[in-house]
Amino acid sequence: MSRSLTRTVLMGAVAASAALALAGCGSGFGSSNDTGNGGSGSTSKLTSSNDPLTVLIGSSGDAETNAVKSAVASWSSSSGTKATVIPANNLDQQLAQGFAAKKPADVFYLSTGSLPGYAANGSLLAYGDQLPSDLKNDFYPSLVKNFTYDGKFYCAPKDVSTLQLIINTDKWKAAGLTDADYPKTWDDLATVAKKLTSGGTTGLVVSGQYERLGAFMVQAGGNLTNADNTKVTADSAANVKALSYAQSLLKAGSMKFAADVGAGWGGEAFGKGLGAMTIEGNWISGSMQSDYPNVHYKVVPLPEGPKGKGTLQFTNCWGIAADSPNQKAALKLVEQLTSKEDQLQFSKAFGVMPSIQSAASDWKQEFPEYTPFLDATDYAEGVPTLKNVAPVITDLDGKIAQLKTTDPKTILDSAQSNLQALLK
Amino acid sequence: MTTVATRRTDGVRRGSIRKGETASSWLFTAPVLVLLGLFLVIPILMALWVSFSDWGGRGSPFSAGVNFVGLKNYEAITSGGGLAEQNFGQSLRNNLWYVVLVVPIQTVVALVLASLVNNQRLKGRGFFRTAFYFPSVTSSVAITVLWLFLFNTTGAINKVLSWLGVHGPNWFNDPQGVLHAILGAFGVTSGPGALVSHGFLGVSWWDWLAGPSWAMSALILLAVFTTSGTFMLLFLAALQNLSGDLQEAAMVDGATSWERFTRITLPQLRPTLFTVITLGLIGCWQVFDQVYVATDGGPDGTTLTPAFLSYQASLINQDWGQGAAIAFILFVIIIVFTLIQRWVLRERAVSKRRRLNPPPVKVAGLPAGEAER
Repeated sequence: MSRSLTRTVLMGAVAASAALALAGCGSGFGSSNDTGNGGSGSTSKLTSSNDPLTVLIGSSGDAETNAVKSAVASWSSSSGTKATVIPANNLDQQLAQGFAAKKPADVFYLSTGSLPGYAANGSLLAYGDQLPSDLKNDFYPSLVKNFTYDGKFYCAPKDVSTLQLIINTDKWKAAGLTDADYPKTWDDLATVAKKLTSGGTTGLVVSGQYERLGAFMVQAGGNLTNADNTKVTADSAANVKALSYAQSLLKAGSMKFAADVGAGWGGEAFGKGLGAMTIEGNWISGSMQSDYPNVHYKVVPLPEGPKGKGTLQFTNCWGIAADSPNQKAALKLVEQLTSKEDQLQFSKAFGVMPSIQSAASDWKQEFPEYTPFLDATDYAEGVPTLKNVAPVITDLDGKIAQLKTTDPKTILDSAQSNLQALLK
Repeated sequence: MTTVATRRTDGVRRGSIRKGETASSWLFTAPVLVLLGLFLVIPILMALWVSFSDWGGRGSPFSAGVNFVGLKNYEAITSGGGLAEQNFGQSLRNNLWYVVLVVPIQTVVALVLASLVNNQRLKGRGFFRTAFYFPSVTSSVAITVLWLFLFNTTGAINKVLSWLGVHGPNWFNDPQGVLHAILGAFGVTSGPGALVSHGFLGVSWWDWLAGPSWAMSALILLAVFTTSGTFMLLFLAALQNLSGDLQEAAMVDGATSWERFTRITLPQLRPTLFTVITLGLIGCWQVFDQVYVATDGGPDGTTLTPAFLSYQASLINQDWGQGAAIAFILFVIIIVFTLIQRWVLRERAVSKRRRLNPPPVKVAGLPAGEAER
């Protein structure tokens, strides 16, 4: 045994040194072509070539894929630059692989959560300020803030989503409630939730995470960070008040988390009738249509908290890679894709809300029943965009899922210290 | 010129055949060596470098802008009290419970199944063999999805439990440790101060001792369900290779079937046992796909595993250095566990005491050499 062990060690040593030598030779392959071109620094000069573009999207389904494909195809035929749309199986992973290989997609969906990481390692082209000013000023200012990192406006928001209260109208009527009873305050919400709770139905069923309960924080005048992400405010009195309110609903039994009633998310619980109300975004329309077409529902604004109206907003942008050989064409494509016509097309195809203010009235005409979602863009707040924020939010979500039996202050204190660590 | 000629004749004279063999053996192994080097050794060394660098995920890790940062990445996950350390500690805790429960259970279950299926008197052995092996050939993703349905809070498992008067847990959403839950049933809801206030890797000792969460328990059952069949096959092959002579000799000596199993069959299965436990250990420490499909590390991080955390840190959070560092710590853990297990299962000389007081069951017919060992 000892002999074989020695041999193994020797072999290992030989293999290791050989590979080290190989790796040493190989180390040249990166340094020759990477002299820090592009990256966060080069915002003025765009690369230009005849290379075709690839567009990587994280699609919600065929409707979205086909809509983006046809929009990109029509741009291709008018501009003469070839472009292919690739629906990703796992957007984060495929993006990361592309950046590491220095062969990224030219244009891609980018979430607010992924922006800081890629912006910090120089993978992204900060092209926001090179957009035509009439388009740039047309974006909702809060969205521009979402995609501003380190003082630079990185990418054009492609859509916006907000949270509102979704009500099952049949259950609403069955509980003897009328249009006059739509909750205006936190107390109203507690009252109607209690009235709607009976048998297998809970008044309010939401996903137990910051991305939903954060709406209460905003209504109480708080949020995890300030709007510029320069100050952590997770343990503020407003946030404690918001979570305490949610906790009181949980303890009263008039609110439950989706996971606790055996549903994957609020929309599923709502569609299955496990909850009479839920807090979800405008994406719920698609799943109600396809999975629960017989459920009648209405979208109303969330109640006002101690500090008035408030909700959370979510958004994605069209990222352009710093390593793209044809940024000029990519920018033109993005201008087209964020234009009013294209955004309204996308809305019709898969229900997203346009990121530009000039499309608002057309959108409301098209979807009158969903206007509360779009109205919320006036007062909605974003989620924190700090580098490495994702694990902190995941950790917070895990604790919020236990809110019923955990002190809100404890939850928020740990979020505070975890977020504070990201600011340094 | 002359020297070369001399050397050549020299070589031919000394090891005429051997020399040709060496050259051709290198020639024949070269393709594999190149492939292994290219796709295994170099990537591993690149990852090792990444774990000591500040590479951010753009371009080559060997490019000019990437700096050596020493042990910074390792420090971030093993000290400092931040979330990275907590998550890493928690992932180790989760995976340790997973290993401690899955490896022994699946080994025993596999051995029992193999013995049953090996029984000559069993009717329909072919059917049972296929049935037990079936979960192993099914895609782990498919089985995980099935598990999600079965262990849903309103799913089949809880339904069955309710017939028995048991209110089943909310499996995939309950972060409470099983041992904590049992203690809780006896009214113990918080641990002694010494355990709560002290800890290791950002996780208090009380939480280290919490046991696997309900979600992790479901994954443990899943692992036992899927891998026992594979290892059953290994044991079955070994069992079928054993000669019947020893068994017969023991029967003549009046050994019971249990004695024959523990004293004759089991010792002969030692090499297979080593294989099964080693494969089990390595597989368990690398558990990834079930977590990826079923839980994403939740609820409250109680199904995080180092392998999944490494993936998350690198590909999702662009913290490639930390991701690589986690992978290398995991590598060391696996090596250490394998060495320990190899040491435990080593061939031992029969102790002096045993030789002086032979065990009650004497096995006649053992060849002299066998008995000496």
